[in-house]
Amino acid sequence: MATEGRLRVKTLVMVCAMVVCANVGDLMLKRAMLQIGAVQLSETGLAHAFRMTVSSGTLWVGIIFLCGFMLSYMTVLSWADYSYVMPAGAFGYALLTFFAVIFLHEAVSPRRWVGVVLICVGVLLVGQTKPRTTAVAREALA
Amino acid sequence: MTHVALFLSFLIFGSTGGEIAITRGMKATGEPGRLRPKEMLQFLGRALCNGWFWAGVPLMALSFYALLLLLSWEPISFVIPASALSYVVGTIGAKYILGEQISAARWAGVVLVCAGVALVALG
Repeated sequence: MATEGRLRVKTLVMVCAMVVCANVGDLMLKRAMLQIGAVQLSETGLAHAFRMTVSSGTLWVGIIFLCGFMLSYMTVLSWADYSYVMPAGAFGYALLTFFAVIFLHEAVSPRRWVGVVLICVGVLLVGQTKPRTTAVAREALA
Repeated sequence: MTHVALFLSFLIFGSTGGEIAITRGMKATGEPGRLRPKEMLQFLGRALCNGWFWAGVPLMALSFYALLLLLSWEPISFVIPASALSYVVGTIGAKYILGEQISAARWAGVVLVCAGVALVALG
């Protein structure tokens, strides 16, 4: 029972890390591309965009967060079910809507709020199930 | 319209196929003993040596390029809700390919998430 609880807590922590890293990473990429501006599809335009992107600190911060997402995603899949992690990750859509309202003061349509409620209820339902239903290899180098 | 359906299937089956392959790779890798830098680096090293992990990467790349092409042809309000079907396809794959047990509660949750993502994307 204690093992089950521990598994649930560490899965929850990793899924939260996944959701936060993915959303912060995406927001940083979006901010970096807004700073760089629209990319011109010409040889000089692409070369200029390449120079701007590799020298953008915001973009690199975004990439670090997306690497954090990939690492937490791989880690949680090493013990938890894919069918548990995948829908739980969709909580990011709900989180982004809350962020848009709280920090950006955006107006959100009723249809979108219904979607957010469905995602939250769906994630809660999945969260009630066992995080792992298959046998898993223990650490190979243990 | 045929090419949209074709690339939508690349998007859905590419992303779920890639994620299922990566999941199989991660299960074979085994979980890290502790979430500390040394153990995490060893874990990452073992994962990168796993064939299933590398089978998943091109499938996910295929789905990414299919997404880019679809976004150039169709509005995002169609592409993202349609791609939410991957939650259902992924759950079917998890049951029949990975052997996961999908309870009624998990199925209900997946269907609600799928509908919710579609509604959020429609805005």
